[in-house]
Amino acid sequence: MLHLSAAVDQPSAYDAGSYVELARLAEHGVLDFVTLDDTFARPGLDALAVLSRVAPATGRIGLVPTVTTTHTEPFHVQAAVATLDWVSRGRAGWRLDVSTTEGEARLFGRRHAAPAEALWREAGEVADVAAKLWDSWEDDAEIRDEPTGRFIDRDKLHHVDFHGTEFSVRGPSIVPRPPQGHPVRVVDASEGQARDIAARYADVALVRSVSAAQTRAVRDQLRAAAARFGRDPDALRVLAALVVDLGDGEHAAEPGHGGGGPRQTAQGPLYRGGPVDLADLIASWHGEGAVDGFHLTPAEPRRDLERLVNGTVALLQHRGLFRTFYPGSTLREHLGLARPVNQYAGEAS
Amino acid sequence: MTERPLKQIRLAAHFPGVNNTTVWADPRSRSQIEFSSFEHLARTAERGLFDFFFLAEGLRLREHKGRIHDLDVVGRPESITVLNALAAVTEHLGLAATVNATFNEPYELARRLATLDHLSGGRAAWNVVTSSDAFTGENFRRGGFLDRADRYTRAAEFVATARELWDSWTPDGLSRPFAHRGQHFDIAGEFTVPRSPQGHPVVIQAGDSDEGREFAAATADVVFTRQASLEGGRAFYADVKGRLAKYGRTVEDLKIMPGVGVVLGDTAAEAQERAAEIRRQQTSPQTAILTLEQIWGVDLSSYDPDGPLPDIDPVAEPTLTEGRTRRGNTLEIAERWRALSREKGLSIRETVIEAGGRQSFVGTPQAVAAELDEFVQRDAADGFILVPHLTPAGLDEFVDRVVPLLQERGVFRTEYKGTTLRSHLGLSEPVWKG
Repeated sequence: MLHLSAAVDQPSAYDAGSYVELARLAEHGVLDFVTLDDTFARPGLDALAVLSRVAPATGRIGLVPTVTTTHTEPFHVQAAVATLDWVSRGRAGWRLDVSTTEGEARLFGRRHAAPAEALWREAGEVADVAAKLWDSWEDDAEIRDEPTGRFIDRDKLHHVDFHGTEFSVRGPSIVPRPPQGHPVRVVDASEGQARDIAARYADVALVRSVSAAQTRAVRDQLRAAAARFGRDPDALRVLAALVVDLGDGEHAAEPGHGGGGPRQTAQGPLYRGGPVDLADLIASWHGEGAVDGFHLTPAEPRRDLERLVNGTVALLQHRGLFRTFYPGSTLREHLGLARPVNQYAGEAS
Repeated sequence: MTERPLKQIRLAAHFPGVNNTTVWADPRSRSQIEFSSFEHLARTAERGLFDFFFLAEGLRLREHKGRIHDLDVVGRPESITVLNALAAVTEHLGLAATVNATFNEPYELARRLATLDHLSGGRAAWNVVTSSDAFTGENFRRGGFLDRADRYTRAAEFVATARELWDSWTPDGLSRPFAHRGQHFDIAGEFTVPRSPQGHPVVIQAGDSDEGREFAAATADVVFTRQASLEGGRAFYADVKGRLAKYGRTVEDLKIMPGVGVVLGDTAAEAQERAAEIRRQQTSPQTAILTLEQIWGVDLSSYDPDGPLPDIDPVAEPTLTEGRTRRGNTLEIAERWRALSREKGLSIRETVIEAGGRQSFVGTPQAVAAELDEFVQRDAADGFILVPHLTPAGLDEFVDRVVPLLQERGVFRTEYKGTTLRSHLGLSEPVWKG
């Protein structure tokens, strides 16, 4: 199955309407999910808040905000992501990222900047404790048992007692287990420091590379690492991440345009060309088994997302390579991922 | 002497949360966590032209006798995230989140609140609460680091810092670097969110202690109080409003809103019967024993809830329950409850019900409307935060039956005049301090 997703980032947009419009457009294209990037360092709204605002205005599309792990409280982060899953009825994801600069550290004044490797190790701990907290309520913990006067069965709530290198959390969560069990975790695995964390904790790994062969190599690496961590490699979706500029029309001749494939830029691998050429590229990389799908960042948000949905996606659907409707309702279902088993189920508190 | 014009009543709705106010055993009770419940209650509040919708917060599940408390509603979503989603399904209603100033950081929270203000078109409010509770701290990087005495100094500096961040963008959209160096925070940089529609989201403060009153007078736009009797309310109102002048503020700058329960009936007797039935539902036999254990500080599970109060004395500093504070001297409370029980011949459960009654306004819609109006005209309150006992339909009857009577009396709006929460509350725009 081919998985398609898109970014809805818009520089200097501070109104709800423009985000709702793009998310609805992506939903019209039956994409698996949209992402919204975030950092404490540059102008922009809180991404999880924006996608919470988008949730009731959409029906099926997955919603994946970036939430960083370096300066935040893990307990708050897991609660907010679980809540996004509740308000979207099972469509939440979470793209983990770290804050490496001293400038970001100064906004909080609690710690100095640290090397990316240490921060990604901590991000892994945050991913781990989040999963534990999401599991700290069993699905059937709420019993409303009138004869004994008990609202919950407290044997189905669990302390997580997590002790990491930078923080500890007692638990349980304040939020009952979210609809998907675990909201979908997304990690950009392009850089080496993040790759192990992606293999170990991510449901979706993004890979920024300019060729099918390069992407396939990273995908093989990620799958092998996932297996070493005791995971089923088939439970990890690897998506090629491209910036797409669909402004120039079809069949541009020079390499890096259209048929020449993407080229490396400061913003990451950039595809320039027409929607038909992009459909060919997607079909070819996916057909070769190099990727499970794509994460596409429109260079010009409105224009390129519209061309992506009405051009590229429509063509892939016409060729029978991409679905024409959502068979399920949760993001996990779109991605073909199972609902995780609760790690505490059956254990007394 | 000319008569002063009728004061307008402010109304807000509290989402029934985690305590025995909420009757989960009622057949009309629905999910406390699914978005549809929040949507129903918020839409009802907006239909009733309320000023705002109010969410409480929990950061650690309560424990009793070393185990997680299981008798009341437990579990809730994270409040700012729910309010952002509610911004999509409401147009005018203010959206108030309770967020702890002890276990958060100014930069991040100021950004989340400014974002909510943008996404809702100027309807965000922050209810500032504090904690010195090491029990709650076990869920956070910070741990239980804060002395009781420092909670309010940190909270005051937190609010001031958030306002500095909100003011770091000029009203015409220029960002300027900020730097704050104080006792609790030493931070600098650039704020990522432009000045939001309200300039500063509305600040609400809950708490009746002397420190809390002073903090509110200095800082808050709205006070959420427990004072719900006419005389108690008038004294609280006069006291808090009397503290405003020394901060250069007027009585219009701070709205006082007690949290209240309302029970309606077609006759006064029917309303009383319903109120009594609700109190029984709120206090199961198990809840009665637990309430007593919180005060006595010892295991009372062998006592019969339908029997007399224990003749043993409470321990002086009960620690049986964590995650919830019960104010006052437990020996005195126990003595008062014993006297009440003796005088009226009440069992344990009946005593708990009698002593802990929460319904402030009980009667016909006409009587309740008149009483609410009297409270406001006589300066016992500027308005009320209604605490329904049912989720999500607990506000329907009030909106259908009492709001029209308040409108007839000329003390409640018949339409929203402005779009922001500040405009609903009659609060002025904050002066930009660049």
